[in-house]
Amino acid sequence: MQAVAEILAEAAYEEGRQALYIPNFGVEQRGGVSVAFLQISDKPIGAPKFEKADIVIALSRRAVYRTRQYVGPDTIFVYDDSATVPPEDLPQQAKKVIGIPAIEITNRELHPRVFNVMIMGAVIGVTKVVAPEDAKKAIELRLGYKFAKDPKLRELNYRAMERGMELARAAV
Amino acid sequence: MAMPLVQPPMPNSWRRETKPHKFCPGCGHGIALRALGYAIDDLGIQDRLVFGCDIGCSLLAWDFFNVDTVQTHHGRTTPVMTGIKRARPELICVAYMGDGGGYAIGAQHLVNAAVRNEKITVILVNNTQYGMTGGQMAPTTLPGQKTETTPYGRDPELTGMPMRGPEMVAAITEDGAYVARGTVSKPRQLRKMFIRALQNQIEGRGFAFVEVLSTCPTNWRTNAEETWQLLEAEMPKYFHIGEIKVPLVKGDGDD
Amino acid sequence: MADEPLTGEKRVFMTGNEVVAWAALAAQADIMYGYPITPQNEVMHYWTRLAPKYNKGFLQTEDELSAGFTTIGGVMAGKKAFTATAGPGNILMQEPVAMAEAMRLPVVVVIMQRGGPSTGTVIYSQQEVMLTAFGGNGEGLRVVYSTATHQELFDYTIKAFNTAWRYRFPTFVLADGYQGKMREPLTIYNPVERGLELVPPEPYVGRPGTPGVDRPPGHFRNTYNVEEELNEVLRGHIADWERVAEEIAEHEALGTEDAKLVVVAHGVVARAAKEAVQELRAEGLPVGYFRPITLRPLPSAALLAVARQAEKLLVVESAYGQFGRLLREALYGLTVEMVPLYKPGVGVTPEEVVARCREIV
Repeated sequence: MQAVAEILAEAAYEEGRQALYIPNFGVEQRGGVSVAFLQISDKPIGAPKFEKADIVIALSRRAVYRTRQYVGPDTIFVYDDSATVPPEDLPQQAKKVIGIPAIEITNRELHPRVFNVMIMGAVIGVTKVVAPEDAKKAIELRLGYKFAKDPKLRELNYRAMERGMELARAAV
Repeated sequence: MAMPLVQPPMPNSWRRETKPHKFCPGCGHGIALRALGYAIDDLGIQDRLVFGCDIGCSLLAWDFFNVDTVQTHHGRTTPVMTGIKRARPELICVAYMGDGGGYAIGAQHLVNAAVRNEKITVILVNNTQYGMTGGQMAPTTLPGQKTETTPYGRDPELTGMPMRGPEMVAAITEDGAYVARGTVSKPRQLRKMFIRALQNQIEGRGFAFVEVLSTCPTNWRTNAEETWQLLEAEMPKYFHIGEIKVPLVKGDGDD
Repeated sequence: MADEPLTGEKRVFMTGNEVVAWAALAAQADIMYGYPITPQNEVMHYWTRLAPKYNKGFLQTEDELSAGFTTIGGVMAGKKAFTATAGPGNILMQEPVAMAEAMRLPVVVVIMQRGGPSTGTVIYSQQEVMLTAFGGNGEGLRVVYSTATHQELFDYTIKAFNTAWRYRFPTFVLADGYQGKMREPLTIYNPVERGLELVPPEPYVGRPGTPGVDRPPGHFRNTYNVEEELNEVLRGHIADWERVAEEIAEHEALGTEDAKLVVVAHGVVARAAKEAVQELRAEGLPVGYFRPITLRPLPSAALLAVARQAEKLLVVESAYGQFGRLLREALYGLTVEMVPLYKPGVGVTPEEVVARCREIV
C-alpha cells in the first residue's frame, strides 16, 4: 500500500512538481490499516495531512471503512471490490466511486502481488494525476533492485498498471 | 624559633594550590586520590588524562589534580567519560564516583559501559553510605548498619543485601576487563591496582573497574579506633579484597 | 578509507530524518550518540550507514540520559557531537542539557516532537515547546530553532552547529514526527562550497601540554558553594545571552503592515497558517502572518511591532497553549486580543485556519 503512494509521489517529484507523502506510522500501522497521505501540487504544500481528499484509494475491505472520512463531494473513490463491500457501506457523497476487482483479476491473469499496482493504474487512468511514463519511471526507481534479480517482475508490474488503466476506462 | 612547615610528600599530578584538601578528617578519599595520583605519575600520563568526578563527596576532587577534570551530574560520570573516550581515544579517561554514582543512580550506565567493554577506568569509593547528603543508606550499607534512612539498622528483609559491584562487573564483562577491590587501609596495594586498571586502558584491552573500601567517620559517627575496626575487620568480611578479574594476556591458555 | 564529503548540490526527495543525517554530515559533525525512540530512529539508521564511509563516529547508548551525557563528553573532547530524541526521551534529555546549559557547552540536539504527555503517540505534536525551551532547572539559556520544511531542516541543522559553537549555548532543532517521517523535495548542498563558514570546534579537555606545567588545568564544574558565587556566574551568562539574542533571533512575516488579524504559528503548523493567510489576502481580507523561527530567543522586537498594530492575534499550535505562553510573556502590557486555535497532538490544516479567520474577521 505504501508502495503505491511512494510510486505516485516519486512520479510527481520526477515531473518537477511539489509532492508531500506521509504514511501513518506507529501503533496503527502495525495491526491496523496502513494509510498514506499524498499531496501533489505546483505550489508549496501547506500541511502534511488533510480533511477531504480529491482521490481516495482503498485496497482492502477494512480500508474502505477507514478511509470513508476523507471522502467529500469532489472525491473520486477507487477501491478493490474483489471482497464485496455492501453498496450502502460505500461512500455515498463521492463524485465517483469505481470498483476494480484487482485481487481477483491479478490472481487470474498476472500475480496477486501486483494487485496494488493495478489499482494504481486505474487511478492514473481516471484522474491523470501523473503521466503513465512517469509512473513507470517511478516504479523502476522504487522496485528496480527487485527487477534486477527477476526481470519478469518488470513486465508483470507494467502489465498490471496498463490493465488497471484499461479497467478504469471501462468502468467510467 | 618557629619550625618551618613541612610539606607532606604529594604526587606530582596533585595540584598544590588546592591543598590542604576539603575532605573531612579521617575520610578515605584523600588516601584513594593519593594512590591515584602516584599511579598517574608512575605511568607518566598526566598530560593526557581526563578525570571525571560525580556528585557527592567525590565532587570535592574537581580541582584536586593538575589534570583536566569534569564534574558531572550524579551517576553520569561514566557516560561523560565514555563520550570523551569515544571522541578522542588517545585520552585516558577516569570516572571517579561513590556508592550512589555507580551502584544506584549510575548503575544503568556502569552496567552498560562494562558490557560494551568501554575502554575507560572506573573507580568507585565505597564507604557504605551517602556521605555528602548526610549519611543515608547506600546499596553498600551493611546489614544492621544504622544510617539516616535506616535508623534502626538495615533490614535485609526489606532492602536486600549489600551490592557487590566488582563481582557483578566481573560476571558481565568478557576477558579484556580488569576488576578489583582495594582498600584505603592498604594504599600500596591500591596504587598497584590503579596502575593495572589504567594500563588496561592504555593498552586498549577494555573496561577497568576498581572499588575502594573507604571510611566516613563523620557519618559513621565513629572514633578513630572504631573507624579502622569497621574498615579493616568488618567490611572485608562482606566485600572481599583483591583482584577479581585480570585480563588474559597472550599465551594464557589459548588452545 | 573515507570518501570525499558531500560535494556540489543535489535535488532530492527524502524523509526529514534522512535530511537530518545528511545535514549533520554537511555540517562536518564528527560523532552522534543516540538512543532509539520513534519518530526519530531513522536519523540514527541513516547516520550509521553514512558514518563508516566518511570516518564519522557513532555510539548507541543505553538511554537518553547517557546519549546526552556522552554528547557532552564528545563536545568537551573538542568534537562536533550531536544527538536526537523525542517525547519521553526529551524529558530525560533535559538532565544532561541542564549540565550543558550551566557549563555553556555547544551540544546540538534534534527533537522530533510526538504526542504527549507520557507515551502519548509516536506520531506528532507541538507539545514539547516548554520542555525544549525551558526544560532543566535553569533559565532556559538555550537556542531553539523550529523548522517547517525539509529545506529548513537541512539549513538549520547545519546552522545549529554553528550557533552552538559560536555562542556556546545548547542548541536545539525542534521538528516533529510529521517532518521526520514525511517525504518532500529539497536541495542538499555542501555549505562550504556555498561560501558558508563552518565554526570549528575546540577542546575543553585534552588540550596540548601538561596541565599545571605547560598550561593551567581545565577544571570544569557546575556546582558552587555559596549563592553569591552562583549568581555571579549566572549574571555573566545572562549578559552574554541578552547581548546576542537579537543576532540569533529569526522570524518570517507576511502582510503584517496592514493586518487587523495576524495568524501566529511556528514549525509545520506555520505552513498551514501561511497558506491560509495567502488565500485570505488574495480575497482582499486584512489578515497577516507571523512566524517565529527561533522560539528561544523569541524575536520579541519584531513580534511586538506586529502585535502593536493588530487588533487580534490568532495563535495556532498543536498543543494547549505552550507556544501561546511564550508569546504572552513577550507581549505583556499590550491589549491585543489573543485568540487560541489549540489542537494538542493533532495536525492543523490550512482549511481550518481559513475557517477560523473568517469567523473572527
